[in-house]
Amino acid sequence: MTHLQPAEHQPFRLSMLIYDRRYRSLTIQAVVFIAVMLAGAWLVHNTLENLARMGKTFSFSFLWARAGYDIPFSLIPYTATDTHFRALVVGLLNTLLVSFIGCILATIVGVIAGVLRLSNNWLVSKMMTVYVEIFRNVPLLLWILVILAIFTEVMPSPRDYKGDNAAASMILFDSVAPTNRYTAVPRLAMESPPEPLTIAGTPISGTLIAFGGALLAAYLIFRWVRRRATDRQNATGRRPATWWIGLLLFAVPLAALMLLFKVHLIPPKLTGFNFTGGANLDNGFVVLVLALTLYTGAFIAEIVRAGIMSVSRGQSEAAFALGLRARPTMGLVILPQALRVIVPPLISQFLNLTKNSSLAIAVGYPDLRATLGGTTLNQTGREMEAMMLMMGIYLALSLLISAAMNVYNARVRLKER
Amino acid sequence: MTKTVFFGAVAAAAVLGSTGAYAAEGDTLRTVKQRGELICGVNPGLVGFAAPDANGNWSGFDISLCRAIAAAVVGDPNKVRFVPTTGQTRFTALSSGEVDVLTRNSTWSFQRDTELALDFPAVNYYDGQGFLVRKDLGVTSAKELDGATVCIQTGTTTELNLADYFRANNITYQPVNIDSNAEGEQQYLAGACDAYTTDASGLAATRAAFADPENHIILPEIISKEPLAPAVRHGDNNWGDIVRWTLFALVAGEEYGVTSANVEELSKSSTNPEVQRLLGQTDNLGGMIGLDAEWAKRAIMANGNYGEIFAATIGEQTPIGLARGLNALWTQGGLMYAPPFR
Amino acid sequence: MSEVHAETVPFVRGTMLPEAPPPAAERGAIHWLRANLFSGWVNTILTFVGLFVLWWLFQHFYPWFRHSVWNASSMAECRTLITERWGEGAGGGCFGLVRERWNQFLFGFYPPAEYWRPISAFWLLFLALAPVLFTESRKLRWIVVGVASVMAFALSMLMGAPDPVLICLAVGIVLWVVLIEYIPRAALIVSVIFPFLAVWLLWGGSIWGPATILAGAVLGLAVWGALSRFGALAVLAGLAVAVLWWWFLSSQAAIDLQRLLPLELPKMESRGFGGFLLAITIGVSAIVMSLPLGIILALARQSDLPIVKGFAVIFIEFIRGVPLITLLFVASLLLNYFLPPGTNFDIILRVIIMVTLFASAYMAEVIRGGLASLPRGQYEAAGALGLNYWKMQRLIILPQALKVSIPGIVGTFIGVFKDTTLVTFVGLFDPLKQLADTIRATFEWKGAYWEPYIFSGLIFFILCFSMSRYSMYLEQRLKRDHR
Repeated sequence: MTHLQPAEHQPFRLSMLIYDRRYRSLTIQAVVFIAVMLAGAWLVHNTLENLARMGKTFSFSFLWARAGYDIPFSLIPYTATDTHFRALVVGLLNTLLVSFIGCILATIVGVIAGVLRLSNNWLVSKMMTVYVEIFRNVPLLLWILVILAIFTEVMPSPRDYKGDNAAASMILFDSVAPTNRYTAVPRLAMESPPEPLTIAGTPISGTLIAFGGALLAAYLIFRWVRRRATDRQNATGRRPATWWIGLLLFAVPLAALMLLFKVHLIPPKLTGFNFTGGANLDNGFVVLVLALTLYTGAFIAEIVRAGIMSVSRGQSEAAFALGLRARPTMGLVILPQALRVIVPPLISQFLNLTKNSSLAIAVGYPDLRATLGGTTLNQTGREMEAMMLMMGIYLALSLLISAAMNVYNARVRLKER
Repeated sequence: MTKTVFFGAVAAAAVLGSTGAYAAEGDTLRTVKQRGELICGVNPGLVGFAAPDANGNWSGFDISLCRAIAAAVVGDPNKVRFVPTTGQTRFTALSSGEVDVLTRNSTWSFQRDTELALDFPAVNYYDGQGFLVRKDLGVTSAKELDGATVCIQTGTTTELNLADYFRANNITYQPVNIDSNAEGEQQYLAGACDAYTTDASGLAATRAAFADPENHIILPEIISKEPLAPAVRHGDNNWGDIVRWTLFALVAGEEYGVTSANVEELSKSSTNPEVQRLLGQTDNLGGMIGLDAEWAKRAIMANGNYGEIFAATIGEQTPIGLARGLNALWTQGGLMYAPPFR
Repeated sequence: MSEVHAETVPFVRGTMLPEAPPPAAERGAIHWLRANLFSGWVNTILTFVGLFVLWWLFQHFYPWFRHSVWNASSMAECRTLITERWGEGAGGGCFGLVRERWNQFLFGFYPPAEYWRPISAFWLLFLALAPVLFTESRKLRWIVVGVASVMAFALSMLMGAPDPVLICLAVGIVLWVVLIEYIPRAALIVSVIFPFLAVWLLWGGSIWGPATILAGAVLGLAVWGALSRFGALAVLAGLAVAVLWWWFLSSQAAIDLQRLLPLELPKMESRGFGGFLLAITIGVSAIVMSLPLGIILALARQSDLPIVKGFAVIFIEFIRGVPLITLLFVASLLLNYFLPPGTNFDIILRVIIMVTLFASAYMAEVIRGGLASLPRGQYEAAGALGLNYWKMQRLIILPQALKVSIPGIVGTFIGVFKDTTLVTFVGLFDPLKQLADTIRATFEWKGAYWEPYIFSGLIFFILCFSMSRYSMYLEQRLKRDHR
């Protein structure tokens, strides 16, 4: 390594800012930085001026004012007398719920469709191709509208269930009633629920503690059992069967608790205008989940297919040559390699699904955009604050998902040798 | 190549930007005159009030008011551009200067007048929130709607009224949020909601368009006051005056029997001093608001006086079939009352 | 020996047996069925499930299509016709809606007399893209160019374009085709005229407006070229000249030229844009404008200047992290706040700006992928030749990286094109929802839910499917080139 001596002795000249490589990058960065800052300042200045001209202020205090509107679908208790902030939380939880369920279902649909598309059954693989192409090449909004129209136009209304010779009848042993407003399903209820525990002043549901505790304990014990089994396998080459222990561990405490609390199902019943008693799954929710699932599922199917095809044939041939059967080949050889290809685009599909859930606007499902970015924005006239808050929340969600993806990528990369 | 494509973008921006206008500076009138065209924010589709036909020609009650203002200000009732706005975007469209005046079944309320920095110069339709239900539901009063599913447009005052009304009467309901009137209609007709609630006039317009209007009734309860008014930006008082007095000119026209048919003749022959002032024979009232003397004459000529507009767009002879009710002249037991033109 | 041989080989066939046909189970339809549909019980079950689903779909949807009526002018008329023909209770599609309102789905409220303008702009787009997109196969290029030329001319004539326009169109197309075939490099540069031409065709007004702006760009490039030995200063000088031209001279020049040689089309309001005209306008202009932005962002993100890289990362991640719908609401609710008081853009232009920013973030990622796919040696070789950063990018890196990215760019376009339907939520007449709602709001077509969805869905499918197939084909070809 030879040092570039002369450069150090050269006196600094202004022209070096442009022509000398060492300084030029600094110059460029300084210029870009100043330009971006100036542009930002210009935007902020304009905004302030416009706000002042319209006599508006910039403040988030509206979040604590009374919301005054009802939300048809909420995971936490909410009434019209609550604050806009609580409405925001309701919307956010609804967004998270629909995204979460959508991601799970889309993955299931996508994996099934992707695998079936590779199957050697001509009919099924062609049908899956048609499904994937149709859903990928038509806007999501159309699917939402079409499924919404199917639900409102084709499903019977609750009134059709009325009377002795009703136009519609409930399905699945009179427990589920699909209607054009919601799907009425039975609800789990407890006759003698446990008392809530009060820890540090906040009451925590006893049910949660009981069931959560039981599940956690079962999981921990089962882990221990499996470790024992692995030790045994390493020592003797034979793995003792553990599945029935696991089944018992999970099932017995749950059954016991359910008996203890007298858990039972309340079927939905038609009273007055609507079904009551059971749980009514809002159609907006069902439609949105269905549309997001089918649309994203088509993309995931392609990802899965590409992932499986990316593992070269030699891998499975080698596995067969080693004497592995079809299932271990899939589980130990193909899938781990395919997953490395599948997961990154899969996560970005989850991201897309979460963002696309804002299309709830088309079905009237009260997600974050509908509460904070819709009614709250409209009733308070705080478009600047509401929009900034909403974009910030969506951004935070996306960054969280990307962070999870990066962690996964790092872990997968470590195993690669 | 890529660089030059970018310049293409600049070109597009320049070409389009030049059609944009400078508004919202407290001199909407000057802007409109310069542009030679009025921009109205309207409902994207509510038959009778504002709806485009197959060729994109707009018509309706709100549209007629816009045309009258355009006739008064620009001199031609067809020099109007209609900007469809949703319930969510309408007020921002106005305050950002995208539209000059918003005639979109908007309720005049305290908060909108003050906090949203709007002005509602005068009421053009006195309305109230009602409920539309199927006849065979067997409901005769809104109080019997306990547990019902109600379709409601988001971003409207009706959303808040509904919550208040059911709470006050201690009954429950299940809201179904919809985004537009078309969607509400679809959901209601499919039975996805038991009742559809919005302004009673809107309900009548909606019902009129059904295949079987006789099977649907509007419940007698009117649960709120909904004074529908054109809206302008707060702070431009002269422009507000123009909108206000154009509307009053239409009302006064009805009161004094000035119609689109006889306005030309009356402007020459009328001996009624009020009519003479209205039509610009004497006193040049128009000059006081920055218009010419014949502004009101043109406004009435555009689509007739208030009564004619009402009859032609939403009146009893139309499929909408609304009675004048509160919107009759004060001389006939209504609330339509134009202050004196002097 | 021969005896032994005779004993061990009792029979030697002297001639080949005639080829026997394969056993019945191993050939023809039966073999195909067995191999592809019934090769094991899982497969058999799958086949039956598939058949059941097909039968179910057929049973539920076929009658509706069979009963469809094309020649009714309202929903009520259509329903009576269906009842007359197929009896009480029969349901069917009322495609009379499509027959009567197809033009609205395609053009929104664009005046019918001017339909030839968007149509010719649309087909000319393919001609302009030919030297960029369809260079891989001569046969395909000829097909595309041929179809686009014929369509542009024939449809314009059909829609009543004035004769001078038709003559210009014909001459232009012929010249253009010659240019593509004989001087493809020049065609690549000349295709830059298209955006200006399209803007003029769609929005109308004097041709000198876009032309003088294009002239400014040319002027700037000329100054840059003339001063190129001064390096970065030349870029600045070129930029300054162009900006000065646009700022002070171009509008006056346009007015003067218009006075000298009036060439004008009736001016169109953006408000009248609707349906697929709106979707394609937004989609194409967003992609075209996002290309340079995306390249800059991708280069910035790849650069080793931490501040520049940081800004690029923040911008890209911000745009990719929020739903498009919030950006559209920003366009409709907030954009006016960010601009100097009194500025007021058309909502369509504001939407195009936001969609452009949206697309540019995705474009940057696509191009970054293209840059990353180049072998390190390309950079090193360029460095060894003594090229500076911009020369390296312009002559070595970008041409290769962009070529590799074309499938990704087409994919981004498909995504953006599908997403343009979201403009319905800021009150624009998109083909899926707002237009359908407007048509449904009329007395005649109340209650027509499925027909508009089927019609516009079909158009979307045809456009997106063919684009995605083409990009897959391109990907295959490019992959082969690189091996």
